[in-house]
Amino acid sequence: MADDGQQHPLKVYYMIWILLFVVSFFSYMVDYLQFEGMLRWTLILVFMFVKAGFIIAIFMHMTWERLALKLAILGPPVVLLVLIGLMSLEGEYVEGSRLDHYGASTMEPETPGHH
Amino acid sequence: MSEAVLDSGAAEAPGTQGVVDDWSRDKQVFGVPWGKAMMWIFLLSDTFIFSCFLVGYMMVRISTTDPWPVPSEVFALTLFGTSIPLVLIAIMTFILITSSGTMALAVNMGYRKDRKKTFWLMVATAALGASFVGMQAFEWTKLISEGVRPWGNPFGAAQFGSSFFMITGFHGLHVSAGVIYLLVIAFRVKNGFYEKRGGNYEIVEITGLYWHFVDLVWVFIFAFFYLW
Repeated sequence: MADDGQQHPLKVYYMIWILLFVVSFFSYMVDYLQFEGMLRWTLILVFMFVKAGFIIAIFMHMTWERLALKLAILGPPVVLLVLIGLMSLEGEYVEGSRLDHYGASTMEPETPGHH
Repeated sequence: MSEAVLDSGAAEAPGTQGVVDDWSRDKQVFGVPWGKAMMWIFLLSDTFIFSCFLVGYMMVRISTTDPWPVPSEVFALTLFGTSIPLVLIAIMTFILITSSGTMALAVNMGYRKDRKKTFWLMVATAALGASFVGMQAFEWTKLISEGVRPWGNPFGAAQFGSSFFMITGFHGLHVSAGVIYLLVIAFRVKNGFYEKRGGNYEIVEITGLYWHFVDLVWVFIFAFFYLW
């Protein structure tokens, strides 16, 4: 496949475009229908990865690139998982020591939208 | 010369054997125009910047003992007498997706060398991007008037403001830069700038990569900041 650009049938783009709208609507519904807890977080992540996948794979043409480019671009961000893991551990620890030393929060926040 | 280099990629093996070939043969590793490879590498570095912002936000949100403001309520708008949660953010999300679609079509029309359609689709993309930034300005104004500051806010944990202004501000800056970038390239397409350079319109795809990336980042911000 010589690089005569990324020439693909328009139909593919229209399909992905519609799917992106549908999935975005679903992720908005997660909030609108007030899903809570594990269900909410799972749905948010699933819809997020589906959307990100469509954009990278089709709109950014990653599907049709050679494996060398795919690995060079999509490989390095995997190390972010280490950062996320370490920072969430650290965050839990900091919260724990704040609770130990300063006690629970006494803040009484206002409810938004009541001005 | 550069054509010969690119053409040598034509007969190469797919899959892992292809990766070995691409890296070990005496040629350019990535069989794509250098501008496109560089844009991808720039986007990779930008991925790390946005990830640092989002991970930082995760860290402060986990570690604070104060209640986190409820985004669904903070970003609600009252329309026609009823309060709709997160409605402006939803509209902004749909605008950005629409602009991604018009951009994808512009890239396609660019490769068909349909300069007029490419120009108008890129202008439409830029206009949608500009309206996104406008809505963001409206959202900032609303939050600031309600007392949200980088160092505190009336709705809960102080870290909410700094995370919000840093993350959406940096993203808004990317959108604004993208609008300018799109307009520059669109007018060059229209004026026949690329005709003088061999009628090669891969620049539209490179611009498209940047624009889709801006949309991609918004997908993550929408999920982690507004929905979580």
